[in-house]
Amino acid sequence: MNQFPWLTVIGLIPLVGAVVLWLLPASLIDRAKHIALGASVVTLIFAVAGALQFSTASKDKFQLVEEHSWIPQFGVSYALGVDGIALSLILMSVILVPVCLLAAWNDLPAEEAHRERHYFALMLVLETFMVGVFAATDVFLFYVFFEAMLVPVYFLIGQFGGPRRQYAAVKFLLFSLAGGLIMLAAVIALYVQGPGGADGFLLTKLAGIQLAPGTEKWIFLGFFIAFAVKAPMVPVHTWLPDAAAESRPATATLLVGVLDKVGTYGMIRFCLELFPGASQWATPVVLVLALVSVLYGALLAIGQTDLMRLIAFTSISHFGFIVLGIFAMTSTSWAGSSFYMINHGFSTAGLFLVAGMLISRRGSKRIPDFGGWQRVVPGLAGVWLIAGLSGLALPGLGSFVSEFLVLAGTYQRYQVVAIIATTGIILAALYILLMYQRTMTGAKPESAAGTPDLSLREKWVVAPLIALFIVLGFYPKPVLDMVTPAVTTILTSIQVSDPAPVVGAAEGSTK
Amino acid sequence: MSTALPAAFTPASLDYVALLPVLIVFGAAMLGVLVEAFLPRSARYAAHVGITLVGLVAAMGALAFGAVSHRVATAGLAGVGGAVKGSVIIDGPTLFLQATILLFALLAALSLAERFGGVGADAFTPMGAATPGSPQEAQARKVGAMTAEVFPLFLFSVAGMMLFPAAGDLLTMFVALEVLSLPLYLLCGLARRRRLLSQEAALKYFLLGAFSSAFFLFGTALLYGFAGSVHLTDIAAAIAGQGSALDGLLVPGVLLVLVGLLFKVGAVPFHMWTPDVYQGAPTPVTGFMAAGTKAAAFGAILRFVYVGVDRAAWDWRPALVVVAALTMIVGAVLSVTQTDMKRLLAYSSIAHAGFILVGVLSMERTGVSGVLFYLAAYGLTTIAAFAIVGLVREGGSEATHLSQWTGLGKRHPWTAGVFAFLLLAFAGIPLTSGFTAKFAVFKPALESGTAGAVLVVLGLLCSAITVFVYVRIIVLMYFTESPGDSVAVVEPSVFTTVTVATGTLFTLVLGVAPASVLLLAERASQFIR
Repeated sequence: MNQFPWLTVIGLIPLVGAVVLWLLPASLIDRAKHIALGASVVTLIFAVAGALQFSTASKDKFQLVEEHSWIPQFGVSYALGVDGIALSLILMSVILVPVCLLAAWNDLPAEEAHRERHYFALMLVLETFMVGVFAATDVFLFYVFFEAMLVPVYFLIGQFGGPRRQYAAVKFLLFSLAGGLIMLAAVIALYVQGPGGADGFLLTKLAGIQLAPGTEKWIFLGFFIAFAVKAPMVPVHTWLPDAAAESRPATATLLVGVLDKVGTYGMIRFCLELFPGASQWATPVVLVLALVSVLYGALLAIGQTDLMRLIAFTSISHFGFIVLGIFAMTSTSWAGSSFYMINHGFSTAGLFLVAGMLISRRGSKRIPDFGGWQRVVPGLAGVWLIAGLSGLALPGLGSFVSEFLVLAGTYQRYQVVAIIATTGIILAALYILLMYQRTMTGAKPESAAGTPDLSLREKWVVAPLIALFIVLGFYPKPVLDMVTPAVTTILTSIQVSDPAPVVGAAEGSTK
Repeated sequence: MSTALPAAFTPASLDYVALLPVLIVFGAAMLGVLVEAFLPRSARYAAHVGITLVGLVAAMGALAFGAVSHRVATAGLAGVGGAVKGSVIIDGPTLFLQATILLFALLAALSLAERFGGVGADAFTPMGAATPGSPQEAQARKVGAMTAEVFPLFLFSVAGMMLFPAAGDLLTMFVALEVLSLPLYLLCGLARRRRLLSQEAALKYFLLGAFSSAFFLFGTALLYGFAGSVHLTDIAAAIAGQGSALDGLLVPGVLLVLVGLLFKVGAVPFHMWTPDVYQGAPTPVTGFMAAGTKAAAFGAILRFVYVGVDRAAWDWRPALVVVAALTMIVGAVLSVTQTDMKRLLAYSSIAHAGFILVGVLSMERTGVSGVLFYLAAYGLTTIAAFAIVGLVREGGSEATHLSQWTGLGKRHPWTAGVFAFLLLAFAGIPLTSGFTAKFAVFKPALESGTAGAVLVVLGLLCSAITVFVYVRIIVLMYFTESPGDSVAVVEPSVFTTVTVATGTLFTLVLGVAPASVLLLAERASQFIR
């Protein structure tokens, strides 16, 4: 069909931008962020153009396919391709990057301007790896991007973060690498069990291989642990609040909004697709852990006094929902989870970035330091409320659609689990509204008088996000159309069908 | 038992083209000795550097010529009855390792020759024989003396390394072992600064090295008793043949020979010398030793294990599995507690030796190619890393304590950046050669069975530990505020720059596009038996 290497080009533009930034002569150094923003916008344009080549009617599993031999001795290919789930995640990433760059515009004080290009270049490098990780259709290539992504994030947190950034950066790296190395053993073992040969790491070659049940469980665990760390699920979530709290809001957005999606995306793409038997074996445990994540994350969020940590814990709760939907294995819950990943990306971005605007004005991340701010910065308060409402999945916003689909889909198979998970929604209302109340309502703080409201730049940061909340809330069809064929294809290939609808009281429900 | 004397003297048939690279290096070393004896002091440095570099490049050329024109064969005594029975066997693995060692040597020679604007090589004392701090030493420094004999010593060592993996019988192997070791013992003791530490290192290395040589020789004797020959092929044939009353000598013999060889690669529990020697030796020598000795000794281990005693693998493999596991664990765990950069890299090299042993133990041809690739990748990264360690100074002497590296990233972004990249390669992060290399040895190991799988999992856990160590250094360099700026990177000459740049470039290329080198290693992985 088309021979233009869309995915490679989309991935390469930010990398080129980063190299340009690093090689920039000293005279142009204050232009660094403009170049970075330009590169990310060009990437976005190419990504949209590439997405237009994507056909939802296509019967092919992957589209925009590229395939070249890379290390034939290891069976590794440079193979890219997307289905609806991957493409929607890539689009989300490339939309978020320019938004984040714009939000990070004045992150560094003037006396540190010389480090600015480094900061923006690292974000661009990260964008390259994000595109790569979602587009890889070769297990080894996926692993390479999966690990390589850690390096720019590590430096973003460690060099530009808050006071405890060293601790947070090292904790983040060690958790992720430990998970990643376990996965490496599983990756090699998978190849050994597979058909082998010079392209033995291709997903298409590995899908549907017959594994001995014992082996399958071990390899599944290797992958799953890595993804659970990444996602992050209780009990391997402890790195996330630290990392999010110590990084800049833009970094936190990319970390939680995009990077963590690799975990849930990996569960769909690798755990379930390659090891359906072992996945079903593990489902009870995973569902319980997901439920714990939903509730525990929400409860801890209620108790936080640090804005960034609070948002991080809400994400742990949301990821619980996503994992729940994935392991419920119905087409509805899968469509919901895939859509949830997109919505969560945008709504977390809204929360983190607006929180960043608040924090930079107040000079503190502590919630008790705020209060009554809607009288000082009404515009900002309004945006904060909308972002919060998206976080609690208000009907009419995109996150509601996805949360509903997840719960409805889960209910088809696991009624009790779905009912318990529903309480997570109530808790979500609690943590968001309490947060809003504590920061915004109350008497007008005298100390904050004269604080400027949203600047033009900040309006440009929040406008696309709010537009996306509303559009995806009222008209989710384009995204759902994009992910549904992919969901159907995968579920068919692993021979899982939806439970037949039951009228009236479902059999086996707890009565 | 008795090998009858031949009726008449038969001259050895030598394939000079195949031997040429080794001969050139030996020749250059001899020439260096003459330079030392006859040239005036002022002309020596230039002459030595010239001879060393030209000799190494010429050897590389000869090697390439021999490899391309397929003059790869055995040299030494011609086989009897078609059996290959060479004392020096130039086959695929030998060629690959010789090329690797020559490349290491070239880079190390450049870093050895670094002067930083002084008269002689900066890393070496002006007078090795003088007591540290004595008037003679001060006198020697005043008149501008230098120990230029490091260059011929270095070349002898290189030649020994090239011979080591090629040795087809245990006696030749022993000779090669000594030829590579003796100059190294000397080189270790010649550091310009911290002389006592350096001399201690040399003495320790020499004593323990002599011990290990004795083990090796005793093992050889036992194997001779078992097989009636020191040739690896004869030993292999004896293992395959009928049992005899002397079968009991086989396993002790194999294990003792392995002790001698494992000592050279620094495998646990024969690793005690490594941290002290790495720390005390002049930094360029340390880099060369870490890369070159490892490559040569693993080459010898591969040949001994795969050609000589592979049929008896059931008997000795469990012992080697334990050694590999211990090596990885001890190397990784102890590197966590180090506070000196050179000692830290020493423990890291121990851990790497463990990873390589995992590949050796797979007993597959892909294992051989994986090990070859690992040796090349690790060595190039190591030489570059030690070259950088030699550049970071405080008050003229090397700042090897970790605390002295704080904040280096802010003041010297390029140096710190390159070093951080090399550390990521040691840690095995994808897109660096370290990752490809680990993959290359772990994959065949995982294919080889349960023991291999356990070792791989252990290896990955140890990698996670070592990651912590390397990351800590990056934290120090980048994320920690430095107390002062007395530590600085000295301006390197073009020599060191080339060394660092080449090593770093290879680290990147072997991570991003390793296919061609892997193919080379794969093609070179067949031993001539």
